[in-house]
Amino acid sequence: MSYTVKQTIEKEAVEMRAVYAATLCELAREDKRICVLDADLVGSSGVKPFFKEFPDRAIDCGIQENNMIGTAAGLSAAGMIPFAHSFGPFASRRCVDQIFISCCYPKLNVRILGTDPGVTAAYNGGTHMPFEDMGTLMSIPGITLVEPTDSVQLEWLIRELQTAYGVFYIRMQRKLAVGVFEKGSDFELGKIARLREGTDVCLVASGIMVGEALKAADSLRAQGISAAVLNAFTWKPMDAQTLCEYAGKCGCVVTAENHNVVGGLGSAVASALSAGAPVPVEMVGIYDTFGEVGTEAYLRERFDLTAAAIERAAKKAIARK
Amino acid sequence: MEKNKAVRVFAEEIRVETLKEFAALGFGHVGGAMSVIEALAVLYGGEMRIDPKNPQWPERDRLVMSKGHAGPSLYATLALKGYFPLEVLSTLNRGGTILPSHCDRLKTPGIDMTTGSLGQGISLACGLALGNRMQGRDSYTYLILGDGECNEGQVWEGAMFAAHFKLSHLIAFVDLNKQQLDGSTKDVMDMGDMVQKFESFGWLTSKVDGHNVDAILDAVHAGKAQSEKPVMIILDTVKGNGCELAMQKFPNHHIAFTQEEMAPSIAKAEAVLARVKGE
Repeated sequence: MSYTVKQTIEKEAVEMRAVYAATLCELAREDKRICVLDADLVGSSGVKPFFKEFPDRAIDCGIQENNMIGTAAGLSAAGMIPFAHSFGPFASRRCVDQIFISCCYPKLNVRILGTDPGVTAAYNGGTHMPFEDMGTLMSIPGITLVEPTDSVQLEWLIRELQTAYGVFYIRMQRKLAVGVFEKGSDFELGKIARLREGTDVCLVASGIMVGEALKAADSLRAQGISAAVLNAFTWKPMDAQTLCEYAGKCGCVVTAENHNVVGGLGSAVASALSAGAPVPVEMVGIYDTFGEVGTEAYLRERFDLTAAAIERAAKKAIARK
Repeated sequence: MEKNKAVRVFAEEIRVETLKEFAALGFGHVGGAMSVIEALAVLYGGEMRIDPKNPQWPERDRLVMSKGHAGPSLYATLALKGYFPLEVLSTLNRGGTILPSHCDRLKTPGIDMTTGSLGQGISLACGLALGNRMQGRDSYTYLILGDGECNEGQVWEGAMFAAHFKLSHLIAFVDLNKQQLDGSTKDVMDMGDMVQKFESFGWLTSKVDGHNVDAILDAVHAGKAQSEKPVMIILDTVKGNGCELAMQKFPNHHIAFTQEEMAPSIAKAEAVLARVKGE
C-alpha cells in the first residue's frame, strides 16, 4: 500500500465513469476473460468505448437487472470475469437474491457496480437514490463491499479486480469526484487508508464524505483539536485492526457516509469497535429516511452530509470521552 | 420397444436408485424428481459431453438443474455414471452430506450449478452458454426448468435474453408435470400454452412425451441441427412417474413415508427395470 494524499482537495478533471471505462478497456485488450454487462444504461455508465471496442464481450441486457446478475454469474462459471452495472438501487436492492444465491452462495467471480451513490443520484430522486445498497448486501457471507473515493482509487480497484476472486459490489460515483489521492497511489482491499494522523478524535469516512472529513479536520485543527482521518473504502470486510488502533489512540470516533447509518459504515465501524476497542462513536450519515430530488449541493445540506456536520459530531464525540 | 434401449435401461436404473435414496431418508421432493428421469437418462446416457473422472473439464457440456429440488434423481444419475460411489446416495440430506436437498456445485462432483431459488437457473444457463461462446467452446448448456417455476418473472427475462443473443447452444426443458407445491398448476397459476409462449419468445420449441427417451433424443438432435435459436423442449410428464406411492398422492411435490410404505414402489421399479433389460 503506497498512497499520497493531495495537498489541494478539489473536483477532479475527469469523470469517474471515463476512468472506469478506459481502465477496463486497457485490461480487456490483454485479458480476454473480461466482459461487461449493462441493463440499458450503457450511455449512463460510460462504457460505450468498451461496447465499441469489444462488441463480442459487451452485453446490453435490456431492462432486466435480475437476469443480468444471474447471467454474470453464469459467465463467471464459464471462466469469464464479468463487470455488471446499473444504478445503485437496481444493481443491489433489486437483485439481492440473485447476488446471494446465484453469485455468492456458489462462490462465483462477479463484479457488480452500483452507480450514483446516495445524494449523487440528485435529479433522479428518491427512487434512484441508494442510501441502503451497501447495507442491503452487508449480511451476505463473503461479499466484498467497496466505495472508491476518487478516480485514482477507482483505477487501482479495477486493476485489482482483474486478479481478485469473489463477488464484489462497487459503489461508484459516475461523474466528477473530489480528488483525494495522487495518481499512481495504490491500496489494499480490506485495509483502511490513513489520510491524516491525529490524537483527539478519529474521523472514518467513505466516498463523497472523505473530502468533507479532510475539511473538517482542517477546521478542527485551527481550533486546537487534532483529528485523524481514515478512509474506510472497504466496508466489508471491515479493517477492525486499524480502527481499534486509532480508537485507542484518539479515544473516540466519528463515521461519515453518504448512506443510511443503519446497516452502513457507521454500523460496520461500531460493530468492529465494540469487540476490540469500545469508545464513543458518532455517526454522520442518513438517519433511516428516503432520498429526495434536488441538486447534489442541496441534498448534501438537506441531509447534513457536510464538513460542518462532521465537526459538530467530532466535538460531541470528544465530550463523551 | 424404444430405439435407444440402453438409455431406457439407464432411466429405470436411475428411478430405482432415486427411490432407494428417498427411502433411506423418509421424505423428499419425490414427484418432481421422478418426472425428469427420462430427460436425465438422455443427457447423461450419451448426449452430454462429459468426463466423470474430470468433473471440472472446461470443454464439458453443462446442466443447470434450475428446479434444484430435483437434485435427488440427478444425484442418482451422477452416482450411476461414476462421479461418486452409489453408497453415498443414502446420505441424502444428512448433516455433512455431499448431497443436499437442492443442487450445490461446491458440494457434489458433477453438479455444474447451484440452484434452489426458483427462476434463477435460466440466467445462469444463459451466462454459461454465452461464456462458452465467448471463449470459442462448442459446449452445450442444458437447462431443466419446472413448470411451476415458470411463474417466476426472471424465467421470462432469460427467455427474451437467450433468443435475442441467439444462444443456440442452450437446450432447455420444461418439466410440464402440471403440479406445483400447492396443487395443480392450472389452479395455482395457470401458465396457459407453454409451447406458444416460448415460441413467441423466439425459441425453437417442441413438445414431447417426457417419459419417452426416443422422443426426447429426437428433439435434442433437432435442436442441435440449427444455430439460430435457443432450444426449448417441453416435456409432457407425470409428476411422480414410476413411483407408485407418489402417484397415489395429490399433490405429491413433497411427501413423507416409511421405508415399508416405499418398499413396494421400489419393488415395482425394479421389476420394470428387469423387464426393460430383458426386452
